Amino acid sequence: MYYTDTIAAIATAAGNSGIGIIRISGSDSIIIADKIIKSKTGRSIGLCDKDSHTISYGFVFDENVCIDEVLVFLYRAPKSYTAEDSVEISCHGGMYVLKRVLDTVIKNGARPAEPGEFTKRAFENGRIDLTQSEAVMDMISSENEFSRKNSIEQLRGSVKDMIISLRGKILDECAYIEAALDDPEHYDLDGYTSVLDKKITDMIKDADELIDSSKNARYLKEGINAAIIGRPNAGKSSLLNMLLGYERAIVTKEEGTTRDLIEEKISLDGIVLNLTDTAGIRSSDNEAERIGIKKARDIAKTSDLILAVLDGSEKLNENDIEILSSVSRERSLILINKNDIDNRITAEDIKKYSEADIISISSKTGDGFNELKDKIKEMFYTDKISDNKQIYLTNLRQLNSFINARDSLLLVKNAIENKMTEDVFTVDLMDAYEELGRIIGESTDDALADKIFKDFCMGK
Amino acid sequence: MMKISDYDIAVVGAGHAGCEAALACARLNKKTIVFTVSINSIALMPCNPNIGGSSKGHLVRELDAIGGEMGKNIDRTFIQSKMLNVSKGPAVHSLRAQADKNDYSSSMRQVLEKQKNLDIKQAEITEIITDENNKICGVKTATGIEYEVDAVILCTGVYLKARCLCGESITYTGPNGLQAANSLSASLMKHGIEIQRFKTGTPARISFDSIDFSKMEPQYGDERITPFSFSTDPDDIQKEQVKCYLTYTNEETHNIIRNNLHRSPIYAGVIEGTGPRYCPSIEDKVVKFADKERHQVFLEPEGIHTDEWYIDGMSSSLPEDVQIKMYRSVPGLENCRIVRNAYAIEYDCIKGKQLKNTLEFKNISGLFSAGQSNGSSGYEEAAAQGLIAGINAVRLLDKKDPVTVDRSEGYIGVLIDDLTTKDGFEPYRMMTSRAEYRLLLRQDNADLRLRKKGYEAGLISKEEMDRVNEKEIAIEKEIVRLQKTNVSPSEKLNQILKDHKSTPLTTGITLEELIKRPELTYADLRDIDMNRPGLSDDVIEQVNIGIKYRGYIEREKRQVDHFKKLEKMMIPGEIDYDDVKSIRIEARQKLKSFKPESIGQASRIQGVSPADIQVLIVYIKRILNERIQ
Ligand SMILES: Nc1nc2c(ncn2[C@@H]2O[C@H](COP(=O)(O)OP(=O)(O)O)[C@@H](O)[C@H]2O)c(=O)[nH]1
Ligand SMILES: [Mg+2]
Repeated sequence: MYYTDTIAAIATAAGNSGIGIIRISGSDSIIIADKIIKSKTGRSIGLCDKDSHTISYGFVFDENVCIDEVLVFLYRAPKSYTAEDSVEISCHGGMYVLKRVLDTVIKNGARPAEPGEFTKRAFENGRIDLTQSEAVMDMISSENEFSRKNSIEQLRGSVKDMIISLRGKILDECAYIEAALDDPEHYDLDGYTSVLDKKITDMIKDADELIDSSKNARYLKEGINAAIIGRPNAGKSSLLNMLLGYERAIVTKEEGTTRDLIEEKISLDGIVLNLTDTAGIRSSDNEAERIGIKKARDIAKTSDLILAVLDGSEKLNENDIEILSSVSRERSLILINKNDIDNRITAEDIKKYSEADIISISSKTGDGFNELKDKIKEMFYTDKISDNKQIYLTNLRQLNSFINARDSLLLVKNAIENKMTEDVFTVDLMDAYEELGRIIGESTDDALADKIFKDFCMGK
Repeated sequence: MMKISDYDIAVVGAGHAGCEAALACARLNKKTIVFTVSINSIALMPCNPNIGGSSKGHLVRELDAIGGEMGKNIDRTFIQSKMLNVSKGPAVHSLRAQADKNDYSSSMRQVLEKQKNLDIKQAEITEIITDENNKICGVKTATGIEYEVDAVILCTGVYLKARCLCGESITYTGPNGLQAANSLSASLMKHGIEIQRFKTGTPARISFDSIDFSKMEPQYGDERITPFSFSTDPDDIQKEQVKCYLTYTNEETHNIIRNNLHRSPIYAGVIEGTGPRYCPSIEDKVVKFADKERHQVFLEPEGIHTDEWYIDGMSSSLPEDVQIKMYRSVPGLENCRIVRNAYAIEYDCIKGKQLKNTLEFKNISGLFSAGQSNGSSGYEEAAAQGLIAGINAVRLLDKKDPVTVDRSEGYIGVLIDDLTTKDGFEPYRMMTSRAEYRLLLRQDNADLRLRKKGYEAGLISKEEMDRVNEKEIAIEKEIVRLQKTNVSPSEKLNQILKDHKSTPLTTGITLEELIKRPELTYADLRDIDMNRPGLSDDVIEQVNIGIKYRGYIEREKRQVDHFKKLEKMMIPGEIDYDDVKSIRIEARQKLKSFKPESIGQASRIQGVSPADIQVLIVYIKRILNERIQ
């Protein structure tokens, strides 16, 4: 078998069950798995020596930190889905952990798979019948469409601006160098190298900051804090359960059962939400409940996102109105629950007290939940509910491209230090430019020539 | 009607593309006729009086390696020569020579005249003739004679429906008042060929005795002249060189231009053609770069036996009275007399996407097109295409596989690929930044890269090929020797290092490592390298570059491997893109319009995404497989 580069991706979306699989394929897949999967005490479990079709038990380590307890399925070429050496890591720790494991795999030498790439490899290596080619083609294009939409959605405004600006700076330098090389009698490069060196150093610094914050972004690591508030019996616990997919909070008909706070982590296509189910907000005499209500108000104040639940089968009462007038417009969603029975609250009623967006749902049938999830994602990616000024990339493939771009800039710096000639700087600068273009979905094509002609006065 | 069937191949036009095409065909033993509207326009240089320059110098070198004539001809007729960018990396060193225009043309004309199998004919071609299978079978002249041939190479330059503009005055001629070719465009369109309109321009020529050179800075040629051609002995061409001069425009010049912009046919909207951005008229420069206080102006002689000087940097289509004022505002040109006015020229050219990489039309067998009429600009770009078209016309008749150059092999490949896979909206000029593998595509190694193509085509002799092979072996051998030779820190060595501001040694090191140091070269280490074989300068140059740029070169080679893989995946000609369901609509339309020959070409078409390419690969695999069964 000839050498193929190694690709990795999350193979089964974890849902909320907590279990998910990471698939790795390519010549180095077993070596990479062996590097990161060890015994509990950090010793090798000898994956490299294992036979095809074996299952091993171990722990994924990112450097010295244990991330998850896993099962490893090992397949040797050609007896795998792709006909290449492959590894599947079955993880337990939910979406966030799954992403960290994938991160670790990438850090150790794999690259994020392109849409449909596993299937494409399977096809190219003869594992998939030619009669299925139609399906393969469909899959490549639909996965690509999905990933394209996803990446555009996940590219938050401020990051996009940062990348566009960095790209612009890179192109400026290339155009200057190329103009001078093309027309040495009009533009000269004397003393330019030290200017470039300074600029590159700044660019690398900016890039490093983004990489750092992407790796450490609180919202990625710890998630967004979302509080579910509403008067007793509005359906808060039911909403939480619906989002979680299983019964976690106690759901009762009797008002005021959720006395303490219940916290759960869920993942909405990569965004981690820390959901807190609070006790119903209303005036109360019961001691335990009073404490619960106080906590609920505190939580609501410190949360990134508030989901205010109304019982749609009853008219607005003073508790609802108090809640509605207290929630912020930017960071809240108002949910009219129980739309499966009759609806006694209209949007107009609510708008008197609050300008936040309104969604009609049923925590019993699940109606309106897709809209709810999309809305939360939108609020996240438009920075409404992650309001700190820190910018970061959330999509792994995008982050990977960005790191490649930074590495190309490092090569330029290296070349400058080694006193290489200017013509080689453009090679790495354009590589960086191209990688950045990949993130924002723009092709390079004639950008450089266009820029040269636009900014420099060339020729006869 | 009279029919002449003495020839295998007809070349239409005898400019730089036509000359190369005709010579290649004749040298490869095809009975060839080259038509020119005027016998005086053979190898004419109607614009700048030089050959080469950044990236264009590369093209001439490559052309020479494959067996073209341009390099040899400029070596015979140059009057000043300069290697540009010598202080920069080897990838961007570029040779440029001032030509004696008259000598250049007449010397080339003589080569054509003396060439066996080649006849020159002054005639305007008005029609191409095809048979019922859309195969070319001849051309027809304005005088009604039909020439029956098996291949036709169009090298019509800027002559198709040309018109020249100088302010309000418009003349319907080609360059220099030469007759335009007004009928052929219509015939081409009738055959389904898509035409577009481009424009370019040229500055005034000024009389020598009206120029005050004392107000300008002289510009000299190189002390040691490097020839263009690999076959020219450098010792044979060392000679006395002319000087060029540098002066500048100023605020007054710019004011004159600004005040008269409404009289420029471009700004008044009279010109329809798209002009090149890289070669802006002085009007364009003043408008686009408004904050620049001055622009450089180079004065270059048109030749030894003429008084005309070319005013590089001030091409214009302003009216004559404004031109006079404008040029006279430049220091040294206060009393200048214009011999020939500056003018803009508009012309018909074909859309390059209709051509294969052999420069044959995709839909008309045997019809080729090369040069400025393909939407390029420049003598060198034209010549390079002419050579490739000529070679492949012959290959077609001989039923042999094409000889082509791809993007990883030469600037010629980049040029032809760009012309045929991109929608060109302005005349295309070569630039080194267009070559993605430019560290491999240096002007110094054009022979190592491309001699074998010329040999394969039959234009390069066995001896010439052997010489390149020997050179290649010598280079490799020497690099291996340097990698294996260890030197220890002697007093002599450390003195050499100190002399070159290089860190002295404390432990042993290979010679290769030393040469890698930016401050040292192969030559610097002669005194401590005891077993150094006697090698020629060009071998030493390759050794030096090969070691110093190793990292980059290796990297580009790896990229080339990947590139070649896609290039070799051919797309069957009869593919029905409507049957490839999963590609996006935009991509489908582009693919239908460009009809790429390979997956590699397809991947370079704007609007075709990597996912579309993956889908296409799967589809092609399937239909090829179905065909086998
Ligand atoms: N028909 C209907 N009943 C609901 C819905 N959501 C909650 N309920 C019921 O309302 C009651 C209170 O629900 P619960 O989630 O405990 O409310 P909480 O006090 O806000 O946490 C339970 O009987 C639920 O079954 C809904 O969307 N439709
Ligand atoms: Mg509850």
